[in-house]
Amino acid sequence: MSTPAEATPSARPAGRAAFVAIVRREFAGYFRTPLAYVFLAVFNAFAMSLAFFVGNLYEAGVANLDRFFLYHPWLWAFLAPAAGARLWAEERRQGTLELLLTWPVTVWQAALGKFLAAWLFLACALLVTLPIAFTVGYLGSPDWGVIASGYVGSLLCAGACLGLAALASAVTRSQVIAFVTGFLACFLLVLLGYGVFDGLLVGALPDETVDAVRRLGLWRNLEPFTLGIFDVPAAVYFLSLAFAGLGLSTLVVDRR
Amino acid sequence: MALIEARNLRKTYGALRAVHDVSFAVERGEVVAFLGPNGAGKTTTMKLLSGYLRADAGAASIAGHDVAAAPIEAKRHLGYSPEGAPAYGEMTVREFLRFAADLRGLAEPAERVRATLELCRLTDVAAQNIDTLSKGYRMRVGFAQAVIHDPAALILDEPTDGLDPNQKHEVRRILKEMASRKAVIVSTHLLEEVGELCTRVIVIAKGELRCDEPRDRFLARGPDLNQVFRALTA
Repeated sequence: MSTPAEATPSARPAGRAAFVAIVRREFAGYFRTPLAYVFLAVFNAFAMSLAFFVGNLYEAGVANLDRFFLYHPWLWAFLAPAAGARLWAEERRQGTLELLLTWPVTVWQAALGKFLAAWLFLACALLVTLPIAFTVGYLGSPDWGVIASGYVGSLLCAGACLGLAALASAVTRSQVIAFVTGFLACFLLVLLGYGVFDGLLVGALPDETVDAVRRLGLWRNLEPFTLGIFDVPAAVYFLSLAFAGLGLSTLVVDRR
Repeated sequence: MALIEARNLRKTYGALRAVHDVSFAVERGEVVAFLGPNGAGKTTTMKLLSGYLRADAGAASIAGHDVAAAPIEAKRHLGYSPEGAPAYGEMTVREFLRFAADLRGLAEPAERVRATLELCRLTDVAAQNIDTLSKGYRMRVGFAQAVIHDPAALILDEPTDGLDPNQKHEVRRILKEMASRKAVIVSTHLLEEVGELCTRVIVIAKGELRCDEPRDRFLARGPDLNQVFRALTA
């Protein structure tokens, strides 16, 4: 180590370097264990099974994927907390949080880097399902814009669930507790305006209130995307949840 | 200019007064032994100096940069190894050090990693996952990440804890090699390290500074350092 102590040389602006390093480490971290591949396989298997066996995608005989995207809130409610549980809980358990926060990086940079890496990983899970789109394209003449819109909506929905998962992960050192808490929070958002739960509210509450409750749910906000509509309020809803979760998790981690 | 400075640091946890009005300054070339019984406030003081914890009152600075007002600048000049030398166990030693180098935005990171592996005698285990290493190697990995950027200030929380005599000797050797160019604080329970490694001694007990003096004056307090320690920390 020949460099004078005062030099502490830096090739790039410290903030950007730290951010990029964190995104790369976190993203690569998912693939260090077989768990990531299991995750991708499970996501793909469930996405296909729900679309074909529950949504009757094939029997419907229509060249679109709305029956495929219909079940994505359920998938993300389960799998985004699974992918996000490690974000902070693992740092606390290993003791590396102290290390990370004494390196030249702000909590915001670390939190955003971790979040983006996890979101990229969830995007990979979506990419793995692309063969279903190509299959529909082979069998019929789908509107590719509608399919692309569905993928964008699903990715935004994943970000919203991941925000809640990040918050759950920030408050505990146990990945199991982080997963269960994150799942319950996402599950609640799936229920709002969905099926049986929605049926319980109809009649018991004024129509405007029921509609307001539906608007708070994941499914209601994903629906326009599956129909090819880039719904700005829905996008704002998903991004608000994502960044609220990200922001609150950052505040929790920053309380030292 | 002091490279590490604590000015009237205070930290409480509920009713517990962990650090109370602690002040000292460490200059380049000094290796300070930070002594005290368990729960005395050593680790809390180090966490305050590193910027991990925020002080209730007082201030800490590294290389002239206040850790609260200019944390990034302060941390760029600091090498810190927390107690137990935590690291990302699923990474190899080389990957972990490369991550540390990249995160710090170091020029020629690959060369930095190579030089640090060599300095800390880690080249043989560079491709091994940190999880699979013995405690001695893990402690050295913690030390390596703290020195990879050749910082002006070095704070090491019990860097020789749990090491065998050979491993302790190795860590002390590396520290001695670089001590003249840095300000170093080493917390330890091992009084023999005072004579072997340090130029100055700070003793803390019940969150208060009990002694801050050159090594030779400390050693002259009596032939039995355990007794000296007990008297100071009672």
